[in-house]
This record gives sequence, structure tokens and C-alpha cells, in this order.
Amino acid sequence: MLQDIILTGLINSGVYALLAVGFSLIFGVARIVNITHTAFYMVAAYFVYVLGHLWGVPSWLAIVSAVIAVVILGLISYRLVIEPVREHETAVLIGTIALAAIFQELMIIIFGGHYLSIPSLIDGYAQLAGVRITNQQLLTLAIVVLTLVGVWLLLAKTRLGLAIRTTAEDREVANLMGMNVRHVALWTIGISVGLAAIGGVVVAPLFVVDPLMWLDPLITVLAIVVLGGLGSLKGSVLGALTIGYVETATVFLLPAGSFLKSAVALSIMVLVLVVRPEGLFGVVFEEER
Amino acid sequence: MATRFLRRGLTFLRTEVFVLPSRIIVLVFALGLLLLPLFTDDAYILRILIMTSLLAIFAASWDFLAGYSGQVNFGHALFFGGAAYTSALINVHIGLPPLLSIPLGALFAGVLGALVGLLCLRLRGPYLSLVTLALPIILVSLFFAVPDLTGGELGIRRVARITNDRVINYYIAVVLMLVVCSILWKIGDSKFGLILHALREDQVALRAAGINTTRYKVMAFAISAVAAGLAGAVYGHFLRSVGPATLDVQLSFQAVIFGVVGGMVSIVGPVAAVFVLYPLTEYLADFETFRAFRLLIFAVIVLLVLLFMPRGFVPWIRDRLETVCRRCKNRNVAARTTCRVCATVLR
Repeated sequence: MLQDIILTGLINSGVYALLAVGFSLIFGVARIVNITHTAFYMVAAYFVYVLGHLWGVPSWLAIVSAVIAVVILGLISYRLVIEPVREHETAVLIGTIALAAIFQELMIIIFGGHYLSIPSLIDGYAQLAGVRITNQQLLTLAIVVLTLVGVWLLLAKTRLGLAIRTTAEDREVANLMGMNVRHVALWTIGISVGLAAIGGVVVAPLFVVDPLMWLDPLITVLAIVVLGGLGSLKGSVLGALTIGYVETATVFLLPAGSFLKSAVALSIMVLVLVVRPEGLFGVVFEEER
Repeated sequence: MATRFLRRGLTFLRTEVFVLPSRIIVLVFALGLLLLPLFTDDAYILRILIMTSLLAIFAASWDFLAGYSGQVNFGHALFFGGAAYTSALINVHIGLPPLLSIPLGALFAGVLGALVGLLCLRLRGPYLSLVTLALPIILVSLFFAVPDLTGGELGIRRVARITNDRVINYYIAVVLMLVVCSILWKIGDSKFGLILHALREDQVALRAAGINTTRYKVMAFAISAVAAGLAGAVYGHFLRSVGPATLDVQLSFQAVIFGVVGGMVSIVGPVAAVFVLYPLTEYLADFETFRAFRLLIFAVIVLLVLLFMPRGFVPWIRDRLETVCRRCKNRNVAARTTCRVCATVLR
């Protein structure tokens, strides 16, 4: 039981962390509350279904091309929909909601509303501390950890990462220091959508794929990001671990736990916010009081 | 006596209403809704208009909270569904008639609104939106955990109708919509509304001016929640069943979408958006070819409106029909060359 909770919680937290870090990045740099974020995760899962399952493309190629295609899709939607209305905060928000609805409806029209399942990319399982863990789960965990480390290296060690962090800290000063804020925003959106897409392709074989699969993680990711503090990556990862484990423990330990899992997770978020209104590691914006 | 009132009414109409196209449109719209049953009592049309009116109250109450006081609530369905469930539970389990259970439901929504307002006092911007988004989801999961009382996913069935006459049902919904929206608009136009505007723009300045921001925030939440709750409670009694759909994220998002597409901080905007978009999508859903594309068409319309009229379509149309006098800030018909109030030359 305990091992089950630890293992399942780790995988859930990892996927949540991927999504939450991307969401937090976009918010930090571009100040966009991107509701479409998990819709990209859904679209990526469908790409893997079409490429890998229907067309029989090799798994690694399917994964890579799905991620690239979704990143391009994300950049196009940003340029077409979000950038023209950047000054109107609420319009941006509705724009992302409408985009998510459009992706959902397109998937329903193309694939129908039913559940699709994708066979594992690799077979077999390993025995770990008395718990059976499939190789697919191990692969997911490895991809998640590698991606998170990669993002951390990118942000901490490269010039682009420096630019992204500076823009998140203070847009105007970053602009004055000669950074092209618009390009930095585009890069950030690319990275963020890419993270969502990676999340989508790794969970596609673990869970079922359906057009509404973006709603549940969206709520969880919002809870995580708000819990950790908007714009803080450390907060997102810690928040993901907290919420991921709380959800898993609720499902395993409480009767009717699967109904209550989001209630428990969201209540924790609400409680933390009542005590600390800017989240655990949130940035306090002086000028945006 | 009667003639004096009549004359004063006519003068009011001539000097205040007929001078501006936007006011004429609102008057014609209200009269048209009230007179419609004279021409048709088609069950389908009345049903759509009842739903549209209730949704319009819901969207207008969201605008009152999010537009005027700037508390962008993403979980407005909490008040709608909370009142719908309360009213239905009171009706089914205690057996009170709808005329008593609806006000009780709305009252409960008001209490809920005040509580949410208190909870969210320190939260700002996106934090407030995301916490409020979470609240109806928490409530739904709690409801699912006690299926004996709330019926779980099926919801509460066999809720009593207010009346079986569809024309009377229609008048209840439409008159409620007109009255509630007028009240919200009037509050928004009063001194109270002025303070809400200031609350949105700069809370620190408002506190420095010696105004108790806490009280106004909580009151804005409560008023908006009562309005949304009225719509929700009537909705439950009209459909005769209340399910988890009344607390759905999509319903909360709909309020936001209607508010922004119509134009925020106007009450008229969201109502107009509901009356244009909701019947349109329902009408399209009747054609076999369009049924699957209904939500897609809705989302695309929303996107197009946002791209070309980012402030919403009501302000956009209004700016085409009317101009604002530079000197006295009164509105004039676009065709006029001088201001109707202060006679300044308009460009």
C-alpha cells in the first residue's frame, strides 16, 4: 500500500510538475493565465495516438514529432489569437479559454468523444521494493526527470535562461537592458508548450486519451501553481509533489476517494492561500498591487 | 393626476430616451420581450427565451462583481448551483412551495457570496480567479460524496414547477431578468457603484480616502451572489431537476465569456451577448449538420469578436452610433454636429 502510494504519487507528481512549470513560466514572463496549456497536452496525446498507433511510426519518432508539431501549433495560436489582444487582460483570458474549447471540439469532431487507449511504447515490468512497476512508468519517470533537469539547466546556465528570468522579474528593465522582450516571450511560450506536449506524450500510454482529458489536470495544475506561487518554478515543483501525493493518498486511503481527490487538493490550496495570499514562493508585484 | 404622470413620462421619454439610439434599442428590446407572447406561444421559442433570460441574469451578476469591483470570479457557478441545489433540496425534502424555496435559495447564495468574499479578501488578480474557480469543484465533490441527499451525478429529480402555464413561466423569467438587471445597473450607477469602480482601480487609494474596502468587497460579492442565486433557483424549478451541471466549470466560464464578449462594466453588454449568442447556438443545434459543430462555432465567434472588438461588441457598436461630448462627457447621436446638452461643437 505505502509503496503503491509512493510510486503512483511520484509519477503523478512528475507529470503535474511538467505541466505546472510550463504554466508558471508563461505566467512569469508574459503574464498570461494560459487556460489552453493542458489542451496542448491533450493535443499532443492525440498526435501520439495518430502517429504511433494508427500510422505505425516508430515510437521515438512519434514522440519527437508530436512535441515539435504541438510547439508549432502553440506558437501559431499565440501569434494569431493572443498577441493581437495583449493589452486587454480579460480578452487574453477568454482567448485562451476559447482556444481550448476549439481544440476540444476539433478532437471530438475528428476522433469522436469516446476513450482511446494507446499500447505501451515499451513492454515488460520490473520488481521494485515489492511493487510491480511497468517499464512504461519507469520511462515516463525518466523522461520527466530529464526534462525538468534540462529546463533547470536552460534557465540557470544559458543566456536565454537569463533573459527569461530577467523578463519574468521585471519586463521594463529587461527591455532597457537590450533584451527583445517579444522574442523572449515567444521562446518562453515555445518552451512552455513543449513541456505540456512532453507531459501529454508520456501519459498517453498510461491513461486513456479523450477530448475532455485536459479539464482535470487543468484544475490540478492551477491549484499547484497557485499553491507554489505564480511565476515561481521551485514553488511549482514543490506544489506538484504536494498535490500529487495528497491526491494519490486520498484515492488510496479514503472511501469514495476518487470523488474527493480534487476537493482535498483544492482545499489545501485554498487554506494555504488564506494564510499566504501570494502562495508559498510567489512573487509579490509592487506595481501590481 | 394621471395625465400629469403621463405627460411627465412622455417628457422623460422624449428628453432622455429618444435622444440616444442605444437607449431606444434597450427600450424596444424590453417591450419586444414583454409583448412577444401576444404573437406566439410556441413552447420551443418560449423555452429558449426563458433559458436565455436566466443565463442573462447570471452573466449580468458576474459582470457586477468582475466588471465593476474587479474581483474576476472564475467560479460564479458556485452561486448559481448553490442556490439551485438549496432551493431544490428545500422543495423536495421539506416540501416548501417554489415561491418560498426560491428566495431561500437566493438568500443562501448571498450568504455563500459573503463567505467567499471574506475568504478572498487578501487575494488579488489571478490568485482570486483561480481560488474562486476551485470552490464550485470542491462543492461538487462534496455533493458526490453524499449521493443519498444530493442524488450524486443524477442530481435532484422531481422538483416542483412554479406553474404549469408556459406563458406565465415566460413572464416570470423575463420580468425577473428585466428587474434584476435594472437593479444591478442602478446600483452600478449609484455612489455604491462609484466605490466599486474605485475598488477595481486602486484599493490602496480607496483605503487612504477612509473607505472600508472590506465591507464594499463583501457586499459586492453578496449582491452579485443573490442575483446569480435567483437565476439558479428559478432554473432548477423550471427544469424540474438540479444536477452537477449547475456547478460546472463550463458554466462559470460561460459567464466570463458572455461578460467579455458583450463588454464588461455595463450590465447591458453581457445581457446582449447572452441574447445574441445563446439563441443562435441553440438554433444552429437544430440543424443536423451543425449539431456537432455547435461549441466550435461558439468558440470561433468568441475569438473573432475578441480579435476585432477586444472591449466587447456592445461598446464597439455604441461607439459607431454615438459620440461623447468632449466638454460635458454626455453622449450624442453620431450624426449631431453640436452637443445636445452643452451645445459644444462636435467634430
